[in-house]
Amino acid sequence: MTVFIVRRLIQSAIVLFAMSLIVFIGVYAIGNPVEIFLSGDADQAERERVIATLGLDRPLWEQYWLFIEGAARGDLGNSFVHNRPALQLIIERMPATMELALAAMALAIVFGIPLGMYAGFRPHSALGRGIMAGSILGFSLPTFWVGLMLIMIFAVELGWLPSTGRGQTANVFGIATSLATRDGLVHVLLPAFNLALFKLSLVIRLARAGVRENMLMDYVKFARAKGLSMRRVVFVHVLKNILIPIVTVLGLELGSVIAFSVVTETIFAWPGMGKLIIDSINHLDRPVIVAYLLVTVTLFIVINLVVDVLYSVLDPRVRLADVKG
Amino acid sequence: MLNAVNDVSFTVSAGEILGLVGESGSGKTVTGFSIMGLVDPPGRIAGGRILFKGRDLVGLPENEMRRLRGARIAMIFQDPMMTLNPVLRIETQMVEAVRAHADVSADEALARARNALGRVGIPSPDERLKAYPHQFSGGMRQRVAIATALINKPDLIIADEPTTALDVTIQGQILFEVQKLCCETGTALIWITHDLSVVASLADRVCVMYAGKIVEEGSVDAILDRPAHPYTHGLIGSVPSRNHKGTPLAQIPGVMPSMLDLPGGCSFRPRCARADRACETPPGVDEIGDGRRVRCVHPLVGAPA
Ligand code: SF4
Repeated sequence: MTVFIVRRLIQSAIVLFAMSLIVFIGVYAIGNPVEIFLSGDADQAERERVIATLGLDRPLWEQYWLFIEGAARGDLGNSFVHNRPALQLIIERMPATMELALAAMALAIVFGIPLGMYAGFRPHSALGRGIMAGSILGFSLPTFWVGLMLIMIFAVELGWLPSTGRGQTANVFGIATSLATRDGLVHVLLPAFNLALFKLSLVIRLARAGVRENMLMDYVKFARAKGLSMRRVVFVHVLKNILIPIVTVLGLELGSVIAFSVVTETIFAWPGMGKLIIDSINHLDRPVIVAYLLVTVTLFIVINLVVDVLYSVLDPRVRLADVKG
Repeated sequence: MLNAVNDVSFTVSAGEILGLVGESGSGKTVTGFSIMGLVDPPGRIAGGRILFKGRDLVGLPENEMRRLRGARIAMIFQDPMMTLNPVLRIETQMVEAVRAHADVSADEALARARNALGRVGIPSPDERLKAYPHQFSGGMRQRVAIATALINKPDLIIADEPTTALDVTIQGQILFEVQKLCCETGTALIWITHDLSVVASLADRVCVMYAGKIVEEGSVDAILDRPAHPYTHGLIGSVPSRNHKGTPLAQIPGVMPSMLDLPGGCSFRPRCARADRACETPPGVDEIGDGRRVRCVHPLVGAPA
C-alpha cells in the first residue's frame, strides 16, 4: 500500500510537470495580454515598461523557467488584473466551488441510489419506468437550459428560491461555507441540483444495473436460503456490491464536477473558481489561467488516488499492490 | 404454463440420506428450490404439498418460510465460487446466519461459527473467519458453505450437486464428512446429483428423476443391483466404473426431451428399448415390493400388480 502510494505520488509529479509545460505554452500562444494594461493612447516607452514588468520580453523558455522556480516556492505569479497572487485568488474561491460540488454529489447519491435501486427491483412498474425516463432526460438536457428553466420556475414564477449568488456563510473549521446557514442552503439548492442532474442520472443507471445483475447471483439465493430477511439481503449483501462501481465512477466524476461547474456557476452567478476562470479567460489573465488549470489537475490527481484507496477498502479482492502496468 | 416438475413425491426421514438423481434438466434443482420456497418468480408452485414435520410448506407466508430457511431446512449450492458474497467476510456471512434465527450475542454467534468451521475440517478457524471468500480455494469455500448450512443444526439439508465443481479428491473428502455429520446429528439429507456413483457411496435411498417426474424410488442397493426402470438401467450402464475395461460405455440413445415438448404417454418412450403401444398412455406408479416404486409399464424387476 505504501509503495503503491509513493509510486503514485511520483507519477503525479511527472504528470503535473508535463501539464504545466503544455498549459504554459498553450496560454502563451493564445494572445498578448499587454493590450489590457494599456490605455489606447499609451506610447511605446510605457508599453515597453509594462512588458518588462510582466517579464514578457524574455524568451519563452526563460519565462517558463522563472515560472517553475516560482511554482516550486508555491508562487504561481500575480494576477495581471487583480495584481494579487493567482493561487491566492483561486484558493479564496475554492470553498464556494467545493461546497457546490459536494452538495451536487450528495444530491446525486441521496436520491440516485434509492431511485436506481427501486427501478432495479421493479423494472416494469410505472414508477420504475418513470425513473428511467427521467434519467434519460437528465442525461440529454443541456445544463445551461435546465439551469435557466430552474431559475424561471423556482425563482421567477414560484419565488420559492433565490436565483443567484451565494447566501450567508458561517465558519466551520475556519472555512467559510454557506452549507452551515439556512440562507446559504437555500441559495445552494438550485445550482447544486442543476450541477447534480447529470450525475444523478448516472447514479440511477449504475444502481439499477447493479441491482438487476446482483439479484440473479447465487450469493443472493444462498443468503436467502440462510433465512435472512429480504431487507438484509438487499441493504447489506446487494448494496455493498453495487456500491463498488458507484463509488468508483462518482469519485472520478467529482473531479469533473469541480472542473466543469463553470456553466452552472456562470448561470447562477456563483462566486466560485469556475466564474473566476471565465473572467480570467476574458481578460487573458495568464497567471490565473495557468494556476487554475494546475490546481484542477492536482485536484484530479488527489481524487483519483483517494478513489483507488477507497476502492480497495470496499472491494476486498482489490489489493493495491506494487505491480507494473 | 410450463411444468418443470410434475407429480414428484418422495419422503425423507431424520438421519436418512436420499439421493435425487437425474440428468441436467430433469427438474431436480427445481425440486430442491421448491422445498426451500425459493423458486424465482414468475415460477411458482402450482399445486401439491411439501410436508415438513407434518406442516405444509406450500402457501406458508413468506415470513414463516423465512424462519424455517437456514434454521430447520438448509441448502448447499452447486458452485462454491458463487455462493458466498465476495465483499463480506466469512465471519459476517456466518454470524448473520445464526442471528437471523436466534437472538444471541455477537460473541455467541461467532463461537458457533468457529465451531461449525471446525466441524467441516477447516484448520485455524479464527484466522479463516476474518478472511474473504476469494482467499479460499473452491473446496474450502464449499466447506464454508456446508458449515454455514450446518450452523443452526437443521433437520434437513438439501445439497444441490455440491461436489460437482470440485476435483475428485476433495469431492471424496467432502462426501465422507457430510455423511459423518448427518449420522452424528440425525440430520436428513437430500443429495441432488447427476452422478450415480456419488449416490452409491452416500445415500440410503434413491429417487431417479426424468423429465420432471420421479420414475423410480427405492433403497440404493436394490436400485443399483436390480434397476426396475429402463432409464435407471441405462444410467447405471453409463457409469464408467461399472463397465469392464475395453468395452464402450453404454450410452442411452437420444437426449432428454425439452419440457416444452414432451412426448405423450411415457416421457422416456422415444429413448426406451422396451417401449410398445402400452407406453402411449402415461404410466402410473407401481409398488414392486421392498418399498420400491417404479413408473413404468414394463419394469425390469417385479411384475406390476
Ligand atoms: S413405460 Fe414403456 S417407454 Fe416408459 S420406460 Fe417403461 S417401458 Fe419404457
